[in-house]
Amino acid sequence: MSRFRVSDRAFEIAPLRQGLLHARAGAFASFEGWVRDHNDGRPVLGLYYEAYVELAEAEGARIVEEALHRFGAIEACCVHRTGELAIGELAVWVGASAAHRDAAFDACRWIIDEVKARVPIWKHERYAGGDAGWLHPPAALPPGSVD
Amino acid sequence: MARVTVLYFASLRDAAGAASETLETTAVDLAALYAQACERHGFALPLERLRVAMDGEFARWTDAVRDGAEVAFIPPVSGG
Repeated sequence: MSRFRVSDRAFEIAPLRQGLLHARAGAFASFEGWVRDHNDGRPVLGLYYEAYVELAEAEGARIVEEALHRFGAIEACCVHRTGELAIGELAVWVGASAAHRDAAFDACRWIIDEVKARVPIWKHERYAGGDAGWLHPPAALPPGSVD
Repeated sequence: MARVTVLYFASLRDAAGAASETLETTAVDLAALYAQACERHGFALPLERLRVAMDGEFARWTDAVRDGAEVAFIPPVSGG
């Protein structure tokens, strides 16, 4: 199973967790991104995600592999939805297993942060007022800045 | 002259009215290719806010346009 994949339909998380079990792993941490009913103070009715799938899966896999090396985690994976999602639906799942909890928590957190910053996936939201639009957030730091 | 397929996503796709187009271009690099696309489609996003990919991998704006390539302009992402 690839370490990062895009799914155009609802996916089961039990097999994802199962895939991260390892005799050397004493810790597992996961993150779930759910669809929320508000954004920037506006009521959200629903949303959809679009992806440049080829590049998203390549960049996502790089992120997960980088996390394993950076934190010494044993295994990790991430699945991100595309398509139409209702309030409360699962948009993204990240799981990481490691010998100890520090690496599991850190890898999990780092993966979702990097996925949000780097992977070519875009969210389109529909608001209660009737309007809708793509989210194209400004960069956290200007290009060339040192973090 | 190079023949390229350009992929548009999200608000760029809405502005272009198509997910992709194949065209002949004299643009020397990917930045010039985007400038041409802006002229054609009136994109609101300046180059500084985008990334660019060629043949499925992130590329640099100064990379030469490769004949037969598939180029994607990546607007600011909002996954997760």
